[in-house]
Amino acid sequence: MTAADSLPVIDLHDVTKTYRTGTLSVQAVRGVTLSIQPGEYVAIMGPSGSGKSTLMHILGCLDPLTTGSYRLAGQDVSRMSDDELAEVRNRRIGFVFQQFNLLPSLPAWRNVELPLCYAGVRRDERRSRAVAALRRVGLADRIMHRPGELSGGQQQRVAVARALVTDPALILADEPTGNLDSAAADEVLALFDELHQSGRTIVLITHEGDVGLRAERTVRLRDGRIELDRDQAGALS
Amino acid sequence: MSWLETLRTGLSAVLSHRLRSGLTMLGILIGIAAVILTVGFGEGAQAQVSGEINDLGSNLLVVSPGSSTASTGIRGGFGSASTLTEADATALGSKLVAPDIAAVAPATQRSETLTATGTNWTTTVVGTTPDWLSVRARSVTEGRFLTAADENADAAVTVLGATTAEELFGLRDPVGQTVTVNGLPLTVIGVLNTVGASASSSTTNLDDQAVVPITTVANRIFGGSTRTSIQSIYIEATSSAALSAAYQEATAELLRLHGVSAADADFTIQSQQSLLSTATSVDKTLTELLASIAAISLLVGGIGVMNIMLVSVTERVREIGLRKALGATHRAIRRQFLVEASVLGLAGGVLGAGIGLVGAVVLPHLISNPITISPTATVGAIVVAVGIGIVFGVYPATRAARLAPIDALRGE
Repeated sequence: MTAADSLPVIDLHDVTKTYRTGTLSVQAVRGVTLSIQPGEYVAIMGPSGSGKSTLMHILGCLDPLTTGSYRLAGQDVSRMSDDELAEVRNRRIGFVFQQFNLLPSLPAWRNVELPLCYAGVRRDERRSRAVAALRRVGLADRIMHRPGELSGGQQQRVAVARALVTDPALILADEPTGNLDSAAADEVLALFDELHQSGRTIVLITHEGDVGLRAERTVRLRDGRIELDRDQAGALS
Repeated sequence: MSWLETLRTGLSAVLSHRLRSGLTMLGILIGIAAVILTVGFGEGAQAQVSGEINDLGSNLLVVSPGSSTASTGIRGGFGSASTLTEADATALGSKLVAPDIAAVAPATQRSETLTATGTNWTTTVVGTTPDWLSVRARSVTEGRFLTAADENADAAVTVLGATTAEELFGLRDPVGQTVTVNGLPLTVIGVLNTVGASASSSTTNLDDQAVVPITTVANRIFGGSTRTSIQSIYIEATSSAALSAAYQEATAELLRLHGVSAADADFTIQSQQSLLSTATSVDKTLTELLASIAAISLLVGGIGVMNIMLVSVTERVREIGLRKALGATHRAIRRQFLVEASVLGLAGGVLGAGIGLVGAVVLPHLISNPITISPTATVGAIVVAVGIGIVFGVYPATRAARLAPIDALRGE
C-alpha cells in the first residue's frame, strides 16, 4: 500500500458554506468535518434543505467553500482557481447525476469519452477506454446508440461508464436513482455494489432510505450539520 | 481539448441545427456575395474605362480651354471659354519652343448630320490636321488620311470611322463616295481603323466620327464667330518619359502666348493619367458606395450570428454545466463556441463567394457590364466572414464560459 493509497480520499475539516443574495445570507453548511477512506461506500442522506446538495457541490469541487479546508486524495483544493478545479474534477472525480446529463446528439461511446477529451488523451486511446468502460457496465452492445435510443437504466449506466473512464479517486453520485423506476434503480444500485466490491470509493447522495441502506456507511445531515454518521453494523464513527 | 476535437464538436453542433444554422449563414452569404459582386462590378467598370483611355493614344496630352481656377474668384465652366486658337497649336508644334513635343493636332468638333444617298447618320465631325493620325495613334484601313494639301486647299474630303462608314454605306466600299454635311458634299478618302469602342458613355465612340481638314470645317462647315477657336489641342510627347517635360513646355508657352500668369491660366492640360483618374473616380465613388451598403448587410449578418449564438448558449446551459463538471476550463468552453461561430462565418463566406462567382459569370450577360473578380478580394471576403463569426461570437462565448458549473447544471 503506497502513501497516497493510505490518505483519506475526502478530508473535510470544519467546512462552512454561506450563500449571499443581496442582504440575505443563508448558511447552508455549518461546520462539517468528514473523512472518507479509499474503498468506502458512503451514502449522504437527509431531507431537502439539509444541505446535502451543497455538500455534494463542495465535494465535487463545483462550488468553493466559505471557510474550513478540503483535501481531496491528499491535495488541498480549498484555495484553487477555477481552472485548477476543472482539472481536479476531470482527473479525480467521476460524476453521476440524477438527470443523466448525456449529450443527446452523441452516441454512447462519444458521451463516455468526453472527460478524456478534456484530459488531452489521444483519440484511439479514448475510444478503446470508452468501449472498455461501457463493457464494464454491461453495455458492450450499445456503443453506437444515442441516449434517446436507450432506456433510463441504460442511460444511467452510460453515465456511470463516463464516471469510470478516467479511473477517478472518487465516484460522486447525486440522486442517481431519482429518475428511474424501481427495476432500473436496482440495476444501477447493483452496479454500484459491484464497483464497491472491486475497490472503488463511492459517495452517493440520496434522500431515499432504502437506497442509503445499500451503502456500508451512512452520513445523515440536518440543518447543515452531521446528525448521524454510522456504518451498516450500527457502530458510530 | 485539442483544436481538431473542438472543431469536430463545433461542426456537429452546427449540423444538429441545420435550419437555424442555414438561416444564420444566409445573412453572411448575402453580405459576402454582395461585396464580391459590387467590388467586381466596380473593378470591371474601371478596367473598361482605362482600356478606352489608353486607346486614345500613347504619350498623349490634351489641352482644353477654360480655367480651373481664377484669381478673380470667378470660375469658368470647363471648356466654356474659347481661348485656344490654331496659332497656339502652331506655336506648340515648333521644335524650338517645345523640344519634347513630337507632334501637335488641334481639333474642333461638333455633332452634325451626314447624308449619303438616302441615308443619314448623326455623328461627331472632327476638324483637325494630318498629324492627328499619329498623335491619336490611329491608322487608316482603306484609302488615305488627310494631307497638308487637303488642309491648304480647304478640300471637301473626309475620313470616316468604321462604324460611321458602315451606317452610311453598309457593305458598299465607302472610299470615293460622297456625304453631305450642312449642304457641303464631302468625298470620302479613307476609313479609320477600329479601336473597339464600347458601350461606355464616359468617352465618345472613337469608331463613330468623320474627320475633316480643320480649315474646311472652319471655313465651309461650322463657320460663324467660333471658326478660329478650337476645342482641344492634342499633343504627342516624344516619349512617355518626356511627358512631364512636354507638359511644362506647353504650359509655359501657352501662358506666354495668352499673356496670363499661372494662377489665371485659361486652359487646362491633362495627361492620360489625369484623364484616367477623372474618368475612373466616378466609378470608384459608386463602387465604394455600393460596397459600403454591402458591408452593412455583412454587419447585419454578423449580428445574426451573435443572436443565434446567444440563443444557442441559453439553450445549452446544461451542456455547458456538464462539460465544466467533466473538466472543461473557461478557455475550452469559450473556444468551443468561438469555433461554432467561425464555422458559421466560414460556411457563409465560402457559399457567398461561390454565389458571387456564379453571379459574376451570369450577370454580365444580363446587364452588359463586365464584372472582374479578383482572387484577393474573394479570399479576403472569406477571411472577413470568418472574422465576423469570431468577432460576433466573442460575447456569447464569453458568457458561456463564465457560467458557474452548479448554476449551469441546475438550469433547464
